[in-house]
Amino acid sequence: MKTSWNLFKTQFITYGGYKTVLNGLLTTVEIAVFGLIIGVIIGTLIAIVKVMPKYKKLPRVLDKICTVYVAFFRGTPMVVQLLLGYFVLLPSLGIAADGVTVAITIFGLNSGAYVSEMMRSGIQSVDGGQLEASRALGLTYWTSMMKVVIPQSVKNILPTLGNEFISLVKETSVVSFIAVVDITKAFRSIGDANYEYIIPYLMLAAVYLILVLLITWGIKVMERRMKRNER
Amino acid sequence: MKDESLNDAIISVKDLKKSFGGTEVLDGVDLDVYKGDVIAIIGPSGCGKSTFLRCLNCLEDPSGGSIFFEGEDLADMKVDINVHRQKIGMVFQQFNLFNNLTVLQNIMLAPVTVAKKNLRATKRKNFFIKVSNIFKKKDNKKELLPLGKTKAEFTEDAKNKAMELLGKIGLTEKADVYPSTLSGGQKQRIAIVRALAMNPKVMLFDEPTSALDPEMVGEVLDLIKKLANEGMTMVIVTHEMGFAREIATRVLFMADKGIAEQGTPEQIFEHPQNPRTIQFLNAVL
Ligand SMILES: Nc1ncnc2c1ncn2[C@@H]1O[C@H](COP(=O)(O)OP(=O)(O)OP(=O)(O)O)[C@@H](O)[C@H]1O
Ligand SMILES: [Mg+2]
Repeated sequence: MKTSWNLFKTQFITYGGYKTVLNGLLTTVEIAVFGLIIGVIIGTLIAIVKVMPKYKKLPRVLDKICTVYVAFFRGTPMVVQLLLGYFVLLPSLGIAADGVTVAITIFGLNSGAYVSEMMRSGIQSVDGGQLEASRALGLTYWTSMMKVVIPQSVKNILPTLGNEFISLVKETSVVSFIAVVDITKAFRSIGDANYEYIIPYLMLAAVYLILVLLITWGIKVMERRMKRNER
Repeated sequence: MKDESLNDAIISVKDLKKSFGGTEVLDGVDLDVYKGDVIAIIGPSGCGKSTFLRCLNCLEDPSGGSIFFEGEDLADMKVDINVHRQKIGMVFQQFNLFNNLTVLQNIMLAPVTVAKKNLRATKRKNFFIKVSNIFKKKDNKKELLPLGKTKAEFTEDAKNKAMELLGKIGLTEKADVYPSTLSGGQKQRIAIVRALAMNPKVMLFDEPTSALDPEMVGEVLDLIKKLANEGMTMVIVTHEMGFAREIATRVLFMADKGIAEQGTPEQIFEHPQNPRTIQFLNAVL
């Protein structure tokens, strides 16, 4: 144990391993945060399409598209989606983008599929009278959703959204498949230097745990603030 | 489509039909609502009073017949139903104040959103005028449309109007609280002024006092009476017979998928002709 610790210390401090770890941590957080933001936007749009009245043709077509979208992103593993994006889609479209951008995009698209289901149940939990009152005032369906229904449904699903964020953070650990150095990859490279993994991987677990605890706490604070707002 | 041959009714309902799935709820209802009318609709539970009222602003799509608002057929595909709804205030049994907005925001939401939308539309039109002017001769250029009030100005106007309306119902100090802190009576009075903030031509009430504790019914009925005295045109579905008798200019008794009998309050309450009306009044009075 003593030697493992010494090897880690040398690698971490003397050889600048801490810089890799800090950059990796930043990358992990970056992918999870932007992934969630994109996911919430896409998920909200899909959810609105799903609950939209289906008299006209356009909503029905959109509904079909959304169904296929959700089926694809929920039905295939994240790693496969990353690989497809990075090694198949990018080259065939001739786009030059780095791994982090691809990871953010894929995490956003993937998370959108999951958030859409949460958002839909959130919307359905809002009393129908709210939408009706807004429409009766002459506001459009879209405005009514954005100004009245969605804000209330977000409040209802905040805890579930928090869970989605937590699983996003944990799932980012696979991005090294497309050559992104996240926190997992950073600690592994420290271990690789001496083939000594005990300390790096224990530290890695601790970092994820702290991240998750921080998010949990943040969600609690937000929930409390939202409740107080309406008293 | 404007049909000048139609009378000058604000709302004109012709042979309105409505069914849900296979069950018919309304079968051939006709009604003209004129300026200043206060129409009370009474009738047994489940006879289609709410459905009828909700057809008037297309919250329910009629299955047949037509509804004209100021001479325009609401079923016409070219008609923007939202523009008409802005002129038809509606008050619900369950108040339906927006829970995520303060009282003031509740009242201001529609006026400000509509003004914003109109401003954007004018700007868009001006843009196209500018583009087409590029291709026109100097003396042939089209004038830009006036933009009217700025966003800050109409927001200020809406706020002043909202505060004035709150003053009218004595709830100015509630402007910044959320609906969950209000009593039922306060909620319903705010729901009424929220509708009034759009300057509607006609107000629809669907059992505005049925969800209230008895001690709060009075304050809401008083406000509606006040509106009636100010000349507001109203259609009110109610179970408060005394109230209907006092303020209505016309009373409709609904039964059997339509209007079974109508007349002045005196005709309906003192000398009802239809056995259904007599039976109903005996049961509720
Ligand atoms: N969305 C709907 N889907 C199916 N049936 C409906 C729907 N809305 C109303 N109905 C039916 O239509 C009939 C008329 O309902 P409506 O609510 O208009 O009655 P009402 O006269 O307002 O009754 P109440 O006095 O109880 O409010 C009822 O039998 C009701 O079950
Ligand atoms: Mg009803």
